[in-house]
Amino acid sequence: MTKTIDEINEKIKQGKAVVVTAEEIIDIVQEKGIKKAAQEVDVVTTGTFGPMCSSGAYLNIGHSKPRIKLGGGRAYLNDVPAYTGLAAADLFIGANALPDDDPRNKVYPGEFNYGGGHVIEELAAGRDVRLEAIAYGTDCYPRKKLETWINIKDLSEAMLFNIRNASQNYNVAANTSDKTIYTYMGVLRANLGNINYSTVGQLSPLLNDPYYKTIGIGTKVFLGGGTGFVAWHGTQHNPDVPRTEKGVPKRGAGTLCVIGDLKQMSPRWLVGTSMLGYGCTLTVGIGIPIPILSEEILGYTTVTDAEIFAAIIDYSDAYPNLKPDILGEVSYAQLKTGKIKLKGKEVPTASLSSYPRAMEIANMLKEWIKSGKFLLTEPVAPLPGIESGITFKPLKERPIE
Amino acid sequence: MAVSKRIVLHFPKRIVNRPVVCRLAKDYDLEFNILKALVTPEEEGLLVLELSGEQEEYDKGIRYLTQAGVKIQSLSQDVLRNEERCTHCGACITMCPSGAFELDPVTRRVNFYNEKCVACGLCIKACPPRAMEVHF
Repeated sequence: MTKTIDEINEKIKQGKAVVVTAEEIIDIVQEKGIKKAAQEVDVVTTGTFGPMCSSGAYLNIGHSKPRIKLGGGRAYLNDVPAYTGLAAADLFIGANALPDDDPRNKVYPGEFNYGGGHVIEELAAGRDVRLEAIAYGTDCYPRKKLETWINIKDLSEAMLFNIRNASQNYNVAANTSDKTIYTYMGVLRANLGNINYSTVGQLSPLLNDPYYKTIGIGTKVFLGGGTGFVAWHGTQHNPDVPRTEKGVPKRGAGTLCVIGDLKQMSPRWLVGTSMLGYGCTLTVGIGIPIPILSEEILGYTTVTDAEIFAAIIDYSDAYPNLKPDILGEVSYAQLKTGKIKLKGKEVPTASLSSYPRAMEIANMLKEWIKSGKFLLTEPVAPLPGIESGITFKPLKERPIE
Repeated sequence: MAVSKRIVLHFPKRIVNRPVVCRLAKDYDLEFNILKALVTPEEEGLLVLELSGEQEEYDKGIRYLTQAGVKIQSLSQDVLRNEERCTHCGACITMCPSGAFELDPVTRRVNFYNEKCVACGLCIKACPPRAMEVHF
């Protein structure tokens, strides 16, 4: 049995496509078998909702009268610095940016209550944002100072452009030291006091398409409440990692670079986030449809939490010092029970991604497709697979004489 | 009728050095369990108590505290979850020493049991979307 994306789109247009979530498909296949299910089901929807640090937005603020050249100057959005290395009216705001006067970790652990991720959330919410800028002035762009409210509805363009999102799998974080540590994986108590993990497991997009057979460059996705596209493979995309027999990576592997119209997005799916003692980020909602083109592709979407494993990393030593050591491997089914056994100790676990929100995304996407509002796209190029030879390169430091 | 309530006491500067709480036990036969204390001489003090005893005596004790100049708030109103901001990730669960957060195994939503909260404040800053709010 094989289907094409065109055939599936035709069924979507006629309102006849069978669309189920990555959670529902598990029971369907168990009940009907893979052959029958592959004939019946056209699309499986996935979802994820978690902090994704390499997120940011490009804004075109429009030209002031007289004109000002932000490029090479300085600009702040609600006191958070935006990048001005672009043309006169373009800015980039990154999720991790912090106000110049934020105390950071001077008072440890820093609170990081407001940063770039929060600015992006406020823009998406349609709230006014204060823009302050200084420029050096040129003959064609004479103005040197700008202070104004801006609102996303008045901007020509506002694009969310995240260079690394939707990690295929991720480290499970622990702390073996004798003091509490504050990390991007949350607060980790001393002596294995707790463990945090950060993927939604069986619902997560790339865990349902482990070899990137359907998700590629140009794939249309749910992004932050609107529609977006996979623009490229994400930074640190690293497909060649240990995998299970079914191909599920047991370490961080593939990542996605995604782009979309921030004007369509909403603060429910883009949430400014503060990691105590670490910094600010943006929690992003992404949903990706998987066209059931064959039994093989369907097989991948039946992955369960019990079949997905991740490495437990010591964030008090191995992680900061870039050591390859792991404390062990654990399945998401075990993690989701709320406790795991590690080094003879029962350790409570918690998630940084929201399973209920990821579920909501998978269901929203399902409804969008069923109602004909969202058609599937054929990737224009595949994501690099294991054969590409792409690897995760550490920094090669060379002393400057 | 016996009652047990959790309350927050705010002591103004002038009475921080006076023995007030011990009289709850001595004069009104109330049991108290100190859940949190922030008392610095010559500054304002804050005490979170679980106070139990007979309703009549409890009311008298509260009256005594009020007359002594202590401001009283019910604890259950003090730590609130902003339902709009909570994403149900779960980061709070392992932070809470009193088990006030529980993950529903079916919906995987995080339930917040206000009555188990001891207002220690650990969840406030550990919550990534800053959904937990403390109101003293």
